[in-house]
Amino acid sequence: MTTPPKDGNAPLAIELKGISKAFGPVQANKNISIQVARGSIHGIIGENGAGKSTLMSILYGFYKADSGEIHIGGNKTEIPDSQAAISAGIGMVFQHFKLVQNFTVLENIILGAEDGPMLRPSLARARSVLKKLSDEYELNVDPDALVEDLSVGHQQRVEILKALYREADILILDEPTGVLTPAEADHLFRILEGLRKEGKTIILITHKLREIMEITDTVSVMRRGEMTATVKTSETSPEELAELMVGRKVLLRVDKKPAHPGGNVLEIENLRYVDSAGVERLKGISLNVRAGEIVGIAGVSGNGQSELLEVLGGYADAKGTIRMNGQEIDLTGKHSDGQSRRARGIAHVPEDRHHEGLILPYTAWENTVFGYHRDPEIQKGLLMDNAKIKEEAAAKMERFDVRPPNPNLAAANFSGGNQQKIVLAREIEKSPDLLLVGQPTRGVDIGAIEFIHQQIVRLRDEGKAILLVSVELDEIMSLSDRIAVMFDGQIMGERLPEETDQTELGLLMAGVTDTNKSEPEKADA
Amino acid sequence: MNRMPAWADAVLVPLFSILLAALISALVILAIGEDPVEAFSLMVDGALMRSSGWGYTLYYATNFIFTGLCVAVAFHARMFNIGGEGQAMIGGLGVALACLYIPWPHWTIALIGATFSAALFGAAWAFIPAYLQAKRGSHIVITTIMFNFIASAVLNYMLVNVLRPPRAMDPATGPFPEATHLPTFQDMFATADNPLFRGSPANVTFFIAVLACIGFWFLIWRTRLGYEIRAFGHSETAAKYAGISPVRIIVVAMLISGGLAGLMALNTTMGEAERLVMNATEGAGFIGIAVALMGRSHPLGVFLAALLFGFLYQGGAELALWTSIPRELITVIQALVIMFTGALDNMVRMPLEKLFLLFGRGKRT
Repeated sequence: MTTPPKDGNAPLAIELKGISKAFGPVQANKNISIQVARGSIHGIIGENGAGKSTLMSILYGFYKADSGEIHIGGNKTEIPDSQAAISAGIGMVFQHFKLVQNFTVLENIILGAEDGPMLRPSLARARSVLKKLSDEYELNVDPDALVEDLSVGHQQRVEILKALYREADILILDEPTGVLTPAEADHLFRILEGLRKEGKTIILITHKLREIMEITDTVSVMRRGEMTATVKTSETSPEELAELMVGRKVLLRVDKKPAHPGGNVLEIENLRYVDSAGVERLKGISLNVRAGEIVGIAGVSGNGQSELLEVLGGYADAKGTIRMNGQEIDLTGKHSDGQSRRARGIAHVPEDRHHEGLILPYTAWENTVFGYHRDPEIQKGLLMDNAKIKEEAAAKMERFDVRPPNPNLAAANFSGGNQQKIVLAREIEKSPDLLLVGQPTRGVDIGAIEFIHQQIVRLRDEGKAILLVSVELDEIMSLSDRIAVMFDGQIMGERLPEETDQTELGLLMAGVTDTNKSEPEKADA
Repeated sequence: MNRMPAWADAVLVPLFSILLAALISALVILAIGEDPVEAFSLMVDGALMRSSGWGYTLYYATNFIFTGLCVAVAFHARMFNIGGEGQAMIGGLGVALACLYIPWPHWTIALIGATFSAALFGAAWAFIPAYLQAKRGSHIVITTIMFNFIASAVLNYMLVNVLRPPRAMDPATGPFPEATHLPTFQDMFATADNPLFRGSPANVTFFIAVLACIGFWFLIWRTRLGYEIRAFGHSETAAKYAGISPVRIIVVAMLISGGLAGLMALNTTMGEAERLVMNATEGAGFIGIAVALMGRSHPLGVFLAALLFGFLYQGGAELALWTSIPRELITVIQALVIMFTGALDNMVRMPLEKLFLLFGRGKRT
């Protein structure tokens, strides 16, 4: 395929011209043009709802653009469905993998690309192709392993192999590092660099500025459906990109004074939890949180942090000892639920605001008392005092800068950041002794992240204890006064943020301590 | 916002569903060689144009209000209570026992006593599936269906072997005492020169049904329990986070649901038959599902939907009486309405939503 070179530079792999797409009254993509040179890594960065995913869905044939043209390798191409995208040489690695869990790697790879009605020849061909690909790109995966037995990092490699097996020249990765340890992410980047060397074109969608700076050649910034800038990565800085994303200057680090911790508020001793499937998720956790400090729990998601929050929040039965202000609390039975935890001064901003923290169809004002709806001061005889709740909700929303400040709007209609502010307002305004915070800024735009971090620090400065769980290592490092790293249901160690770095924490997150350096990544085995 | 306004969702969708059902019903009537216009006017005439017709329409509607609310409560807790039929049967047993074995001095007190008894029996019958769901995870749809059959068998046994008066041939209790006679609409509204509601079975229970609608609204949207039921219905994980016990909500919501179904027996057993017969429920428990779906689990919607089905029942009976349209066809028409308002809801909603988006562009809600 010959490609007319554009202004003397490398030939283009993809060119989008004036792509627009509207969903009803919402303009998701507005006149977007973009050029991606062959053999380059192009980053697309933007906040949630900026239109990144819509644009990629158009490129992969999930949506049809209202207007605009797609050129692949210099030729105008129509992409009505994903089959057309694949035959145009586009491969996509989704954030949530599309793998059949109880199939082997090989079976997953030929799925949908079988050569004929019988599987054996396809599998044989796939095996040889897979061998070649593995050698070429450091993509080693056991072809006969069941996908459900693979670590997340390996599953992602299977997705990449799937795309390469279908002879993709252009690879789109949607938030690929969200579920990876720093070490796994580094490995992924090495793979991507290898692919680039072979002339593949890679589009990387992410909201992490660090990744953009680390690996991309060029970067496009999207804001509110528009492409606000395309720059060479070497000629920009994280601060400039953040400003382009949000439209104003933002503080990337957290502004906080040193902590002045007091006595222990929360004491956890040898906490064990077995889930309904019989898997031990917490294997003897011991941890203290003092008044006036933020203890951050770092770890790759799925290593027991969620379960720890559930146990502390009172909706999972556990064994062990938990003391709140010196008094033991029940871990099973009637007095182990969200209500009794709240009565003991524990407030909880859960990890998943859509399925735990909020009732999405409820109005904002109904949500501002969720979990506290039995408080006597909002009851009026047999009924709930809705007028009073509504009034207080409006005040809370004002103080926490929830936009729009309309308490009658359903929670589902707020953006991620504003939903999170509703939850935070509810929990922080109760002035709890201990605040549990899970993934406070997941799916939250940069502007709101700043505000949320400030509120958490403000509560700390009031002398409250805060237990923070986050998979964003940057967030843990900048917000915590003390960091505990969790791996496989255990605490691998505690560190002070000023005395550690990403590499050390990354090793702990992968289960490597000084004593067992010989076993780098348990899930690899 | 890519949704249509709430009022359109609540009003236009059911309206179009009914129109579609009517249209297809008309085609069916045409196909068997009858005149749909004449049939429709006969139905309206028989159900709505005379007070006695209204008396029947409201009588059926009363049943459907109770069973509709029964299903609606469970819906709010995201449960599908298909057992309204069985719960109403057992509620009938409660009414019969209260009326037969307690010497009531006056119908008002009898009504209060029978109300409690009916609700208690209905709730008790719903308790077993609720408990099994809450503690054992046995799916409530399966268990409530099964319990309909068990209820029917229990009722059969009780009527044949226990409650049947000696030497009576049919499986029914003897007539209730005079003091438990509930005033019918005829008793209440007819005067010497204006014989309103003559011979029709509508009775004072209708007003209890209206009260139940109002109570339902307060319960669901104004009390703490309603707040918790709805929260649980929207998201069980969130309910757990908030410290709302799923076991408690499942059991309490089903008790209320079963109680409402039981209340239906007041109308059929105490108000109309004045004795307990087999099959007094006549499928009203199932119609309640359609009523709750069509009424969007809101008491006003349930009330209106119950009126519509009351009209269909009464109008259908008139049709069978005056035309050669067979009785079975009435069932077909009713089924069409149920199908369009319940099962095929989205078929109407999606094109409507598209229309709204088409014309609603620019003026966002």
